[in-house]
Amino acid sequence: MSKEELKAYLELTFPTCKFENSIDFPMLIVEKEHFFAIAKQLKEEPATNFDFLFCQTAVDYTTRFEVVYHLTSTQYRHDLVVKVLLEDRENPVTESVYSLWKAAELYENEIFDLFGIRFLNHPNLRRIMLGADWPGYPLRKDYSDEFILTPQS
Amino acid sequence: MGVTEDKMKDFPGEVYSDDTGKANFMVTSIDKLANWARSNSLWPLTFGTSCCAIEMMSTASAKYDWSRFGFEVARATPRQADLIIVAGTICKKMAPVLKRLYDQMPNPKYVIAMGACAVSGGPFYYYSYTVVKGVDTIIPVDVYIPGCPPRPEALLEGMIALQTKIKKSRAYVVDSPKKEEK
Amino acid sequence: MEVPNKLIPVEDAPGEFVINVGPQHPSTHGVLRLRVKLDGEQILDIEPHLGYIHRGIEKMSESLGYKQFIYLTSRMDYLSAHMNNQACSLIIEKGLQIEIPERAKVIRLLMIELQRLASHQLWWGSAGLDMGAVSPFFFAFREREQILEIFEETCGTRLTMNYITPGGVMNDLHPTFVKTVKTLIKQFKENIHEYDKLLTGNIIFQKRTQDVGVLSKELAISLGATGPVGRASGISCDVRKLHPYDGYEKLDFKEIVMTKGDSFTRYLVRIEEMKQSMHIIDQLIDNIPEGDCRVKTKAVIRLPEGEYYQRVETARGELGVYIVSDGNKSPYRIKYRTPNFSNLGALQYIAKGSKIGDLVAIMATLDLIIPDIDR
Repeated sequence: MSKEELKAYLELTFPTCKFENSIDFPMLIVEKEHFFAIAKQLKEEPATNFDFLFCQTAVDYTTRFEVVYHLTSTQYRHDLVVKVLLEDRENPVTESVYSLWKAAELYENEIFDLFGIRFLNHPNLRRIMLGADWPGYPLRKDYSDEFILTPQS
Repeated sequence: MGVTEDKMKDFPGEVYSDDTGKANFMVTSIDKLANWARSNSLWPLTFGTSCCAIEMMSTASAKYDWSRFGFEVARATPRQADLIIVAGTICKKMAPVLKRLYDQMPNPKYVIAMGACAVSGGPFYYYSYTVVKGVDTIIPVDVYIPGCPPRPEALLEGMIALQTKIKKSRAYVVDSPKKEEK
Repeated sequence: MEVPNKLIPVEDAPGEFVINVGPQHPSTHGVLRLRVKLDGEQILDIEPHLGYIHRGIEKMSESLGYKQFIYLTSRMDYLSAHMNNQACSLIIEKGLQIEIPERAKVIRLLMIELQRLASHQLWWGSAGLDMGAVSPFFFAFREREQILEIFEETCGTRLTMNYITPGGVMNDLHPTFVKTVKTLIKQFKENIHEYDKLLTGNIIFQKRTQDVGVLSKELAISLGATGPVGRASGISCDVRKLHPYDGYEKLDFKEIVMTKGDSFTRYLVRIEEMKQSMHIIDQLIDNIPEGDCRVKTKAVIRLPEGEYYQRVETARGELGVYIVSDGNKSPYRIKYRTPNFSNLGALQYIAKGSKIGDLVAIMATLDLIIPDIDR
């Protein structure tokens, strides 16, 4: 399906979700509670068949976190971006998609390590890059460390 | 061993005394032999973490062959290597590993810091939260080779500079000696 | 130090133990630490530990300007340095909506295909070295040194070039570029038969890699494997064909897809890709258009607000750059979707059940570059 057809189809199927546009892909913004069901439907529905998760990351807008999933279909070759908003900054938790796409295992480990977002039902959630005793989460916007040098200091 | 004053006066080599105050005799021709043997057969440890490792591999291959100068066998185990060429960035998680490898090497051992990242943190000096600012904060370095990455000829020049440094050093005096004042 | 729960050995399984492979190891191609749970010589489970070369490139790029963070990308997957720079340049050109001259596009493609050739040559040499064959290493570097000399004449350095920049390329080609490339390609076409004689037809190499580390198509799709690893399992995922950029749509080349999915197939896919790269260079080298090699861009670039994504095909798979911009001088968030990160996920699944000696064969044909995984 082309970008416009996909957007029309998704607007029919998920009337509660918001849409945004970017230069590259249509973007679907979902609430945290409905996310896993929507992701499962996107993967298993024969008309969309999003079976390839090619990027999963998180962005820290200072009042909220967003977990961003980039999906594509090897059959139809259409792409989609799904974003989940997490309002809780102290204890951000969301559902893992490891049972749908196995690629999520390493991506979610990295997000947990660098942002502190926990994923439920993950097989082995651990701080994969920095080690268990690193204080803080470096990629958050409020992270500070005396070790970082800047040209002004 | 007790040495009398008049014996030291006629001795043709150099004389050093250690911390106990007694004199160690040092015969310069044995020293020169030992230095020649050590500098011409330094065996490096294969330790490359990132891009400089590729230039190190290029130096090892046929065009810029480093085994002409004696670095014949690159050992993978630190127990059999004389020289560790730190090629690549060292991060905070890797620093204890590097220190452990250095401690496992037997004496005499030498260190070459290859590339800007090993010398001082390189392009990652500012704004990075994990890169160690220079490998000489962890282990003592003998030769620094700048470059990002340094050319194979630059690495060869650094290795020959290390050979020159070894040839001018004292082989058999281990602790810090003081030259006898006459 | 954390002890992960799933690899503690059980008391009533006496032959099981956990060993550590790396981080300093001759054949992990970098600093990768694997904790391997073994039962005798058979692998039961593998757990990768990363972070030994994690330099924080994504966080650093949030403090640098749009023209400055490109030099860091050359150091991520340093064997595909041109492709990494091209991905960043394309995303900035997409954001600013600038069109680069035709000459710049052709020069970019020539450099990219030469880089792909050099990367596969080095992979071939070190794959032989890992299995114990020392001669392929020297043969591979003989050709690679010629390509690096070509890079040095035009781009200035051998390894981390920063030659492809937003707006085109940094400077024009060296006057002897066309002649040297033609000599190189002619010579390499004759020499590639030596590669087949040394490793492809070698019975020891075949026995060590055939039916070892089989990755099925469904598992490869679920893991997000791209590049030669994905194409050897049957997924057609070449970004140059699916989402062409910089003139790839006008070229005639085949996408190499095979179905068996074992280590030997991954090896064959890369050998065929080398031949396709030579074919692409043949089509381009005589038809370099005249003109400028770059357009002028502003000194301080500010991308308009929004999100951008660009994909390119590096020597190891699909590299994706995702930029979130808020209109300032530096990107708000930049994420590199690196091919080696997803291909590493495949290691745990395909090495289960093989012997510990097969682990080296699998890692050699997966062709991981560890700084690309850790960034």
